[in-house]
Amino acid sequence: MAAELHVELVAADRQVWSGEATLVVARTTSGDIGVMPGHQPLLGVLESGPVTIRTSEGGTVVAAVHGGFISFADNKLSLLAEIAELAEEIDVQRTEQELERAKADEDEVAQRRADVRLRAAAAAR
Amino acid sequence: MGAQLRVYKRRIRSVTATKKITKAMEMIAASRVVKAQRKVAASTPYAQELTRAVTAVGTGSNTKHPLTTETENPTRAAVLLLTSDRGLAGAFNSNAIKAAEQLTERLEREGKQVDAYIVGRRGVAHYNFRERKIAESWTGFTDEPTYADAKKVAAPLIEAIERETADGGVDELHIVYTEFVSMMTQTAVDSRLLPLRLEEVAEQTQKKDEILPLYDFEPSAEDVLDALLPRYVESRIYNALLQSAASKHAATRRAMKSATDNAGELINTLSRLANAARQAEITQEISEIVGGASALADATAGSDR
Repeated sequence: MAAELHVELVAADRQVWSGEATLVVARTTSGDIGVMPGHQPLLGVLESGPVTIRTSEGGTVVAAVHGGFISFADNKLSLLAEIAELAEEIDVQRTEQELERAKADEDEVAQRRADVRLRAAAAAR
Repeated sequence: MGAQLRVYKRRIRSVTATKKITKAMEMIAASRVVKAQRKVAASTPYAQELTRAVTAVGTGSNTKHPLTTETENPTRAAVLLLTSDRGLAGAFNSNAIKAAEQLTERLEREGKQVDAYIVGRRGVAHYNFRERKIAESWTGFTDEPTYADAKKVAAPLIEAIERETADGGVDELHIVYTEFVSMMTQTAVDSRLLPLRLEEVAEQTQKKDEILPLYDFEPSAEDVLDALLPRYVESRIYNALLQSAASKHAATRRAMKSATDNAGELINTLSRLANAARQAEITQEISEIVGGASALADATAGSDR
């Protein structure tokens, strides 16, 4: 059996996902980072973007994360985000509408948020 | 029906209606407490992990950050007071306000100028009535605060602490809120959010023998701390807002329960009085009839002779 690490994906107001994984890929401000079991202790600032978790059962969990942190120590990885949602929770159609609206209003924050959601949903498929 | 009896009956009717209302309010508050408590619990993992991370950076690196270093001569402080929008919660708001006033007094004795930041209509009304200056206030979300609300509250506070004191910034940030201890106990507490006392934070979160690992910071310890501390403040304020909301609902529940109990007691007393009045009326009627009959009997006996 491959080595495992415990992942906790928490948003400000709820716990989004937790379980065992073999690989976690996230984007920090200085680039993509992949964390496997036994990685050295790490604390980084996340960019908004999709986070990919390869679970120990061989599945893949993709989540859209808007800002936050990644911290890893003792084979426990925590992903903290103000807003985080799993790809399957994302309503693609609605997000597309949101993206259109954000573009029309020139609301860059909303546009970025919708974009991250769409990318996460696309990565999960 | 006698006049007195009618008055009693009317009062019983009105108290019964009031009792129904307070009973309903008690039940609503009870269900909201549970909901608010659940929200507090749901926000705990994030707060915990964040605190852990802050401790890790703070103790694991020699970085100096304006939000963790104490100024030598603090001259200005901000006090954030959390109250509720609505009353009917017993001493909930006055306790929180009293705690804030005590803190303000203490800070002023130490020679600091205090800026008041207030959440909740009750606190705002209290300060406005006394014509005190409010630096900033927020209302309308105290029953069910969201994380976005906490962000809204935290933004100007973080900005104020990052600004130089000479330009209207503050050196310290205190928060006064009502801690939810249990269904029966809620206490108004004040605590200093910033500058952060790392030792204190560490004590709260760590188990005795846990040693924090030497972290690798991405991109750098300063940047991580820069991004981390505002989030930490937000999450602390969010937690305080949630606890305050839970406490408010618990206080409302208790206040409404005693109002319901009182109404029940009042109904009992009033119905006893009404019964006595009815009985007195009957007694009087009987004695009037008896008196009338005997007077009649006396009169006829006299005419017989």
